[in-house]
Amino acid sequence: MIEFKDFVFFVLSLVLIASGLSVITSRNPVTAALSLVLAFFNAAGIWLLLQAEFLAIALVLVYVGAVMVLFLFVVMMLDINLDKLREGFWDYLPMAGFIGILMMVEMVMVFKTKQFNLPPLSETLPNASNTELIGNTLYSDYVLPFELASVVLLIAIVSAIALTLRDRKDSKKTNPADQIAVKRKDRVRLVQMKSEEKYVKPKAKERT
Amino acid sequence: MDALMTSVFGLWGPSIAKTFWILLKIVAVVLPLMISVAYLTYFERKVIGFMQVRIGPNRVGYFGLLQPIADALKLLFKEIILPTASNKVLFFLAPVLAIAPAFAAWAVIPFDLNLVIADIDASLLYILAMTSIAVYGVIIAGWASNSKYAFLGSLRSAAQIVSYEIAMGFTLVGVLMCANSLNLGKIVMGQAGGFWHWYVWPLFPLFIIYFISAVAETNRAPFDVAEGESEIVAGFHVEYSGMAFAVFFLAEYANMILVSMLAALMFLGGWLSPIPFIPDSFLWLLIKVAFLLFCFIWFRATFPRYRYDQIMRLGWKIFIPITIAWIVFIGGMMQTSWGYLFH
Repeated sequence: MIEFKDFVFFVLSLVLIASGLSVITSRNPVTAALSLVLAFFNAAGIWLLLQAEFLAIALVLVYVGAVMVLFLFVVMMLDINLDKLREGFWDYLPMAGFIGILMMVEMVMVFKTKQFNLPPLSETLPNASNTELIGNTLYSDYVLPFELASVVLLIAIVSAIALTLRDRKDSKKTNPADQIAVKRKDRVRLVQMKSEEKYVKPKAKERT
Repeated sequence: MDALMTSVFGLWGPSIAKTFWILLKIVAVVLPLMISVAYLTYFERKVIGFMQVRIGPNRVGYFGLLQPIADALKLLFKEIILPTASNKVLFFLAPVLAIAPAFAAWAVIPFDLNLVIADIDASLLYILAMTSIAVYGVIIAGWASNSKYAFLGSLRSAAQIVSYEIAMGFTLVGVLMCANSLNLGKIVMGQAGGFWHWYVWPLFPLFIIYFISAVAETNRAPFDVAEGESEIVAGFHVEYSGMAFAVFFLAEYANMILVSMLAALMFLGGWLSPIPFIPDSFLWLLIKVAFLLFCFIWFRATFPRYRYDQIMRLGWKIFIPITIAWIVFIGGMMQTSWGYLFH
C-alpha cells in the first residue's frame, strides 16, 4: 500500500525527471532555464520529505531566487541560434556518453556507501531542528573549511569583477557628491540684453 | 484497482478532518487578505485624495466604500488581450507566479502566539525564499509579452528587486542575531515587556533600511521606475489587461501587506502591546500594520520618483555596507557587558 508520503515523492520525482529532460531537449533557451527552475523546486520538495528543511529552503533561496534569476537575465537578452549550437552533436555523442556513464558509475559507488543508507533524522533525533543542527556543526566542527569556502567564494567574486570590469570611454557615469554640491550659480546664468523690438506685421499688399 | 482505492481512502479516510481543518485555516487567512487588498486600494485613493485636497472615490456606495468591488467587477468583465507573438503558456503563467509566493508566504505568519497555519522553525528563511521567487512573475511577464516596453520594464524591475533583496536579507540577519531564532513567533516573544524591548531600538538603522528596501521590493513609489509611465508606458505588465492585470495588481498590494506585517512582527513587537499592563492582542498587530501601510501611501504622495542609477546606488553602495557594518557592530556589542541591550 502506498502512503501519502510515497505518493508525493513519486509525483515530485516524476516532475523532476521530466523537467530535467526538458532542460536538455527544449529548443528555446528561456524554456530550458525555466525547466531548470522547476527541477530545483522539485528537488527542494524531495529534500523537504527527508526533513532537510534548511537545505530545501536554501536551494530555493539561492538557486531559484538568485542564481537562476541572473541566468534568465542573460539568456533572455541573448539571441541564440540553436541550430548552430546543435552542430556536431553526433560527433561529440560518444565522448559525452562515455562521460555520462562514468558519472553514473561514480554516483552508484557513492550511493552504496553506508552514509547514504542512514535512517531519516526524525527517527534518530525526533525533536531536533535541522537548521539548528546544521548551524551548530558548521560553526563548530567545520568552521575552518567553512571559512575557507567563503574565502574561495570571495576570490571568485573579486576575480569575476576584475575580469569583466572595463572602463568605458563613453560612459555617462556621474559622481553623486558633485551632483548634490551643485549650486544655483553653477547652472543658471543671468544675461543682460536689450528686450526685443516690437514685431511689425507686414501689410498684405506688400506680400503679393 | 482495489489496492489503489484503499490507498486513496487510506490517504483521505482518517486524515480527512485534518486536511479539511488546514484548508479552513488557509481560507481564514486568504479571504481577509483579499478583502484587505481590495480596501487597501480604497484607503490609498482616499488618503492620497485628502493629501492632495481632493475627496477621492465617493460615488459607489456610502463614501465610495463599494468602489473596490466595482473596480474588481469592471476588471473581471474586461477582455484579456493576448499579444499575437507572445508565448501563450508563459504569458498566463506569469501573473500566477507573481501572486502565488505573495500568498504562500502567509503560511508561516503568526497572528498571535498560537494563531499560525504552520509553526515551523525556519519560518524567516521560508519567507525569504518565498519573496525571492516573486521576481519570476515580473521576468516572465516581460519576456512572454514579446514587447520592448514590457521587456525593458521587467529588466529594470527584476534588477531592482534582486538588488534590494540583498539589503533586506542582511537586515533579517540582524533580527535573528537578536532573537537567536528563525521562528517568527519566537522573534516576537523575544520583544516582550514593553515598547522599549522592541527590536526597532537596537536595530534602528536596520529597521529604516528594511522598510525602504520593502518599498523598493514592492515596486512602490518613489522606487516605481518599473512602471515609470513617462518613460516606458507601464513596465512589465503593459500588455496585460482585465483579470490578468488585476492579478499583478493584487500581488503588489498583497506584497505590501506582507512586508508591513513582517516589519511589525520583527521590529515593532507584533501582537505585543506597547505598555506591559495593557493586554496583548491581535488588534495591536493590525494597528502597527495599518500604520506601516499608511507610510507606504504617504511616501507615494510625497516623494518624486528616483532616477534609476540612484536607486541602484542606494541599494548597493549605501544600504548593503550599512547593514553589514551594523551586523558586525551588534555581534561585537553582544560580547560586551551591554549585550543585554541587544537581546
